[in-house]
Amino acid sequence: MSGENQDASDETKPSRPTLRFLTCGSVDDGKSTLVGRLLYERKLIFDDQLATLERDSRKHGAVGEEIDFALLVDGLEAEREQGITIDVAYRYFSTEARAFIVADSPGHEQYTRNMATGASNADLAILLVDARKGLLTQTRRHAAIASLLGIRHVVLAINKMDLVDYGREAFDRIVADFAQAAEKLHFDSVAAIPISARHGDNVISRSDNMPWYSGPHLLAYLETIDVENAVSEQPMRFPVQWVNRLHRDFRGYAGMLVSGRLNVGDEIVVAASGRTSRVERIVAMDDDPTGAAAFESIVLTLADEIDISRGDVLCHPKQRPEVADQFAAHIIWMSDEKLLPGRSYFMKINGRSLAGSVTEIKYKLDVDTNAHIATKTLSLNEIGFCNIALGSSVAVDAYDANRATGGFILIDRFTNATAGAGLIAFPLRRAKNIYLQQQLVSKAARSHIKHQQPAVLWFTGLSGAGKSTIANLVEMKLLERHAHTAMLDGDNIRHGLNRDLGFTDVDRVENIRRIGEVAKLMVDAGLIVLCAFISPFRAERQMARSLVEEGEFIEIFLDTPLDVCISRDPKGLYKKALAGEIKNFTGVDQTYEIPASPELHIRFMNERPEEIADRIIQELETRNVLHG
Amino acid sequence: MGLPPHLRSLESEAVYILREVVAEFKNPVMLYSIGKDSSVMLHLAMKAFHPAKPPFPLLHVDTTWKFREMIAFRDETMARLGMDLIVHVNQEGLARGVSPFAFGSSAYTQVMKTEGLRQALDKYKFDAAFGGARRDEERSRAKERIFSHRTTAHAWDPKNQRPELWRAFNTRIRPGESMRVFPLSNWTERDVWDYVAAENIPVVPLYFARKRPVVRRDGALIMVDDARLPLHPGEVAEMRSIRFRTLGCYPLTGAIESEADTLEAIIEEMRLSSTSERQGRLIDFDEAASMEKKKREGYF
Repeated sequence: MSGENQDASDETKPSRPTLRFLTCGSVDDGKSTLVGRLLYERKLIFDDQLATLERDSRKHGAVGEEIDFALLVDGLEAEREQGITIDVAYRYFSTEARAFIVADSPGHEQYTRNMATGASNADLAILLVDARKGLLTQTRRHAAIASLLGIRHVVLAINKMDLVDYGREAFDRIVADFAQAAEKLHFDSVAAIPISARHGDNVISRSDNMPWYSGPHLLAYLETIDVENAVSEQPMRFPVQWVNRLHRDFRGYAGMLVSGRLNVGDEIVVAASGRTSRVERIVAMDDDPTGAAAFESIVLTLADEIDISRGDVLCHPKQRPEVADQFAAHIIWMSDEKLLPGRSYFMKINGRSLAGSVTEIKYKLDVDTNAHIATKTLSLNEIGFCNIALGSSVAVDAYDANRATGGFILIDRFTNATAGAGLIAFPLRRAKNIYLQQQLVSKAARSHIKHQQPAVLWFTGLSGAGKSTIANLVEMKLLERHAHTAMLDGDNIRHGLNRDLGFTDVDRVENIRRIGEVAKLMVDAGLIVLCAFISPFRAERQMARSLVEEGEFIEIFLDTPLDVCISRDPKGLYKKALAGEIKNFTGVDQTYEIPASPELHIRFMNERPEEIADRIIQELETRNVLHG
Repeated sequence: MGLPPHLRSLESEAVYILREVVAEFKNPVMLYSIGKDSSVMLHLAMKAFHPAKPPFPLLHVDTTWKFREMIAFRDETMARLGMDLIVHVNQEGLARGVSPFAFGSSAYTQVMKTEGLRQALDKYKFDAAFGGARRDEERSRAKERIFSHRTTAHAWDPKNQRPELWRAFNTRIRPGESMRVFPLSNWTERDVWDYVAAENIPVVPLYFARKRPVVRRDGALIMVDDARLPLHPGEVAEMRSIRFRTLGCYPLTGAIESEADTLEAIIEEMRLSSTSERQGRLIDFDEAASMEKKKREGYF
């Protein structure tokens, strides 16, 4: 029933690649109105949609009796009710010359996050400016974000020209201001077009109201601009997405060629391992092609059997990416929970998810002034320049050189939220310079002569929950059984190793990170290490856990209710905290994140400390930490 | 020969998304609703995993009210491609006698489609489900992610979606949660038909105009597909040349009068059309923002 005529309407098929663009600009500069107008004029608003729109315009509209085009793109219920755009919306239209994908991102809340999202896949940005107001702080900010995210082409759409009597002066002034503002940004082209989105001037046809403007109207410009920023000319990168071994005798490497060109017969190298081979076939369902261009999803086979898995990057031997485990990168923070240096996140790059952390925030960027501001954390919508360390090495490029192999996301290990987006600036040190010292005596040998399995007993709970009391009792009982132990607690750590740290979130993370590392060294020495710390954040307890082997970390949650802790108040600290004399006190003005699945959950109410200590010893026997 | 550049890039993106799910999830499934979008999605899957078969089953949530020609096409397609198909019917709903007539379109859709889908996903413990939805179909869909997170109760939280940058899709979920994945997110209705034509993809014959028995109800042309459609007193089915732009349950899917009986005629008709594709879907008009509401409850 299908396909009798394969070239049904050749003359209307776009011959240029799709243009993906983004609309941005300050609140109320008319972004949604412009997109609505483009769709309307292109007859992409259908009768039934128009009927809904007219109904909604009367209900929520901001322009009286006229149709409010903004309502067309504000798709979510809450948005129509509040008259704002919450989220990035994608719209589609095409002309005889080209297909377009529009990312319409909001000017209100969480702007940086949404704009960065829209910009990450856009080739061009339409920056709207209200002719009456000129360049605003937000306009400059959006230009800076667009530039940072790698957008190289900008249309400066000077809107609401009808409200300045279609006068040239306002236009010229804004164009001059923008030229100055864009000096430090990295745009290849800037086209200024005077428009009225509401009335349609210079949107899809030349306006008679502005004879002084001789350039193209907006749509004509979008149809013709060439944004092929030479991705095909860039060094070839093929991140292996998936190894196809579903079929017997077939081992294919599937993925998208993200830059450059790849031909059958090309010599390739696996960036991280340095192994080389030759492209044998590019396999397709119809006829095998002889080569592939950027952005094509392909599957290829190699002439040699070499070890390649998801996340490996294939390249040409003379144009290799960097392979490193530490980088400097811009990070755009997208989570309500702050970025804390030292906290472990998953970093997803080239298809691989690796544990990593920000080791240092060099500064945060004031996108309005381009100033560098010292900071210890990043909050939602802030952009920081950071050093990042990963657990293993990956192949990367600078984001400016390759958006695909230079961009990554950071994922919160607990909520799984996409917490941040990163743009690699440069590798900090090449992975090949570091070698782990080979050790002759093993952990197993060290613990063997002690007749025990090394372990970390991690006591967590509120201040006054009984951590130190119980930990001390347990250590005494261990000593009676000739076990080799060590005790780490707030006093011996805070007064020595960590005396430079306070009680802010950032310092608490670093405090636990160092304790985790020390506990790991002691486990390597074959010891049973008792750690008694409030350790209020799940993420850091998880980090400490991940440093030692499976089964070596025993989390003991002393679940004593806050009012019991307050009534005990052994050090008089709650009294001070409740009086406001101590800041950042867990349980009072700082949260304690309850362990989700501790090895031992002790509801410390009626049991005597002695009984609890015995229970813990029993648990250690069950887990073979102590040999009977 | 070969695809025009914009179709080539849509195809390439969809193939990338299909492979990403297979690489990242343990137990994916493809929702197969028999329509043109499903046909295109299935065709893309055949390409993405070539020379092997797609390494996941297809799932059809059957409301028992689909057009007969759809079911015949479904079974033919599975036999032709050698794919595994799971057909799930909400037996509980069936036992309760839930039908578009007895319950009204909204309650019927909730029970037979949304609940049926949730039952199937729970039963087989799928952690990712492909759907053929496109962002140009409806305005709340325009804001949905390509990888769209669902809670353990299959709910969608439109205000708390993960930002999607580049092609770095966040695929992490907790046990019991799942991901709905939409490889055709960036396709338009026109792209789908152009691709069907360019790639010679078989689609259900109901998309092509032919004389079929219909009755007119509330302004919509409803095809009398079988004897279960209760005719009002004095109502007689008449033969008209009709076709469908979108296919669902026959009592809830309005036909259009058309003479377009070839692909090129369909594409030409669409170019001149002044109504949207979902206009024929009676369930969208139940109330304002009704698609968003259904999606939050777990509808595709």
